Amino acid sequence: MSTQSTRLAARLMVAPSVFVLFIWMIVPLAMTLYFSFRFYRLLTPERSGWVGFNHYLWFLNSPDFWLAIFNTLALVGGVLVITVILGVLIALLIDQPVKGQGMLRILVISPFFVMPPVAASIWENLFMHPQNGLFSAITRGFGMQPILFLEDYPLWSVIGIVSWEWLPFATLIFLTALQSLSSEQLEAAEMDGASPFNRFRYIILPHLTRAITVVILIQTIFLLGIFGEIFTTTQGGPGSASTTLPYMIFKQAIVAKDIGRAAAGGIIAVILANIVAYFLMRGIGRHLDN
Amino acid sequence: MGKIQLTQVRKSFGEVDVIPGIDLSIEDGEFVVFVGPSGCGKSTLLRLIAGLEDTTSGTIAIDGKDATTLPPAKRGLAMVFQSYALYPHMSVRKNIAFPLKMAGMSESEQAARVERAAKVLNLTSYLDRRPGQLSGGQRQRVAIGRAIVREPSAFLFDEPLSNLDAALRVGMRQEITELHQSLKTTMIYVTHDQVEAMTMADKIVVLNAGRVEQVGSPLDLYHHPQNLFVAGFIGSPKMNFLAGAEAAKHNAATIGIRPEHLDIGAGGMWQGTVGLTEHLGSDTFLKVTLDSGEVVTVRANGDVALHHGDRVALSPQASKIHRFDASGKALA
Amino acid sequence: MARAQSPRRRLIATLAAWGVALTIFFPVLWMVLTSFKTEASAVAMPPELLSADWTLENYAEVWQRSDYPRFFWNSVVISIGSTLLGLAIAIPAAWSMAFVPGKRTKDLLMWMLSTKMMPAVAVLIPLYLVFQRIGLFDTKLGLILALMLMNLPIIIWMLYTYFKEIPAEILEAARMDGASLWSEIVYVLTPMALPGIASTMLLNIILAWNEAFWTITLTTTKAAPLSAFIASFSAPQGLFYAKLSAASAMAILPILILGWFSQKQLVRGLTFGAVK
Repeated sequence: MSTQSTRLAARLMVAPSVFVLFIWMIVPLAMTLYFSFRFYRLLTPERSGWVGFNHYLWFLNSPDFWLAIFNTLALVGGVLVITVILGVLIALLIDQPVKGQGMLRILVISPFFVMPPVAASIWENLFMHPQNGLFSAITRGFGMQPILFLEDYPLWSVIGIVSWEWLPFATLIFLTALQSLSSEQLEAAEMDGASPFNRFRYIILPHLTRAITVVILIQTIFLLGIFGEIFTTTQGGPGSASTTLPYMIFKQAIVAKDIGRAAAGGIIAVILANIVAYFLMRGIGRHLDN
Repeated sequence: MGKIQLTQVRKSFGEVDVIPGIDLSIEDGEFVVFVGPSGCGKSTLLRLIAGLEDTTSGTIAIDGKDATTLPPAKRGLAMVFQSYALYPHMSVRKNIAFPLKMAGMSESEQAARVERAAKVLNLTSYLDRRPGQLSGGQRQRVAIGRAIVREPSAFLFDEPLSNLDAALRVGMRQEITELHQSLKTTMIYVTHDQVEAMTMADKIVVLNAGRVEQVGSPLDLYHHPQNLFVAGFIGSPKMNFLAGAEAAKHNAATIGIRPEHLDIGAGGMWQGTVGLTEHLGSDTFLKVTLDSGEVVTVRANGDVALHHGDRVALSPQASKIHRFDASGKALA
Repeated sequence: MARAQSPRRRLIATLAAWGVALTIFFPVLWMVLTSFKTEASAVAMPPELLSADWTLENYAEVWQRSDYPRFFWNSVVISIGSTLLGLAIAIPAAWSMAFVPGKRTKDLLMWMLSTKMMPAVAVLIPLYLVFQRIGLFDTKLGLILALMLMNLPIIIWMLYTYFKEIPAEILEAARMDGASLWSEIVYVLTPMALPGIASTMLLNIILAWNEAFWTITLTTTKAAPLSAFIASFSAPQGLFYAKLSAASAMAILPILILGWFSQKQLVRGLTFGAVK
């Protein structure tokens, strides 16, 4: 519903964004693709020659690789499940006519403002540390041995930390969505004899579909690349128990100084991201229409 | 000056022809109303004239100059939108001055023109308010004020009264008519309400499915509808249509008779039973089921003591019978 | 919404909500408390609260041992710079997508978002090399560009969902009133969308402030912001809880306070079209 000249103007105005994003995507991608077929190790003087698909094969044959894929997906999935479920529950709770809603919102949103390395170090040192952490003080208070979070449950610990960082985001979006639900709808359902659970199931939850979609989409985008929290806390260990694909690539690039191999891992990560994106769009993209 | 000439103007969205081709000329100073049911293309036609949409083919000339490809700003037209489209972040004064500011007019000239427009529209005491603080009627006047300060060659109104309540609508209708009489500028007014069309227009353009069904003065359309569509659309309550034997008597496929042209009284040609009745005091509306099975509406002056179930005899005024052929065209 | 609530139910709900909120907030609070304890008190078992030795020593020491003002200033310049630059590019793009949508608009938006899905680690080396080569390594400009590009899809999406709420008729009215595209955006769209733009701006400043991958890998000293400051602190200092906490507090407090004061504005636009 517009004229040709406005459509032309529209193209011109969207062009800079498309152009810079395209460059931002294609240059590193092309270089990564190139490196992934090259012999390029910083620790050896000779850094040239083609190696074909060897780097890719190394990844596919590495026992750690499939574990890393699993860990990546488990991290994304775990955080999504926790933040969406807890987020909805907390939003429902705060949406009640409770005293001091403004202050409650400030408290709940706070973790969102904490930068990941700080968040990770708070949890690692002040809470999960087996000697000095608050959790160990609690378990000792009950006369039990402290739980070795980062040694015995490394992936769960990381999922917990990341969930804490993202819970505010999910909660706030759900809260805003809840507040836009007309109370008349709920009252009508109540008149129709719907129990509180049924009101949640048939009125509130469908109303939240869009918000849940948005939360899943945005969080997935950020979570696929999670790196800092693992680097600060478990360093991917013990062994490879909490090594995700990004962390595995990091180990190849920075620890082993094998740029070629890391590049192959990067390409695999990009492919994985695209597969996830594809299923994401197919699964929930339709909720975003209009 | 505001003479607008459309020649074979066509608009299609993809495969769909919204307007298959319209020829229309609007004289300087005329008040023209585009009327038709929703989806008939009247708003699209207005937007084509405004330049908010591209014409697919054909030409639009304003004052003899081809304006088909000119951007809206260059056409010298002003538009009042259905939602008023006031700028919510600007005061009334700034809203009205906006087109002048865009035209690069000096501050003092802007102020003078805004004052003048505000006086005409009784907005002087509201100039420093925001649109959100005004009532519907006041917002409408601001929208009109924003249009008149530019002294455009023609005004375009896109269903401007449809968001107002009934009482306000009547008042605004008169204000716009008076405004036209004092400014004598061309106005094109789009509405789906035939009462607005009949009361305001010099010339009515009846549109249906993107086609012009008839162009003429309000009374011309009332007395001489050229086809069934116009006959049914203009006039309230709607014209009664009868087909079959009754029409055959008049050598037509269909005959039409307006509710106000049916007389009640003994010796009428048509016998029937009264169904629904509406007693307004000044008028009485009756739905009568004829013995032939057809239902007609009757409008009688004053209070008529007929009620549900009563038997009546009706006779159409012979000179007011409209005859149509099988394709719906009026027969002379 | 004036529903009769039994006072008892209301009390229970209030207590539960506060309990949950304080639990979520507690780690931040505990960190701030620890930053005011002596090192001995910070690691004492069982944890000390009332009996703790309170001190400002940690802050003094962190301040003395590092160039906090420089890190802070870099963070400010980088997060605000990348945000303003991003808005300048994103506002026209969002205008196009919201008001002149085509069949591909949704796909375009999804493609933009997908550029964010590329794991940063995967493209670290190429970007590092490119930044070295074109002289952007360890410069504020380099980080402004990198963070702007990183967050651009999010900015465009947020603005797009916000712009879509604005009736197109108002922009058409501006066009009829003789406004050029530029005036239409500057005088009509931007002021009308100001709450949404403010919210987008806040979110982006927060994201840029907290970004801790590119800011650490693409800088050494000159352009390093607070994320690098905190990284340098946790590495060589070992487990000095109180000092680490003080440094952490210094890194996050500016943005935390900004966030608290502006949370209403932030939340208002933080819907990504999730609320209809």
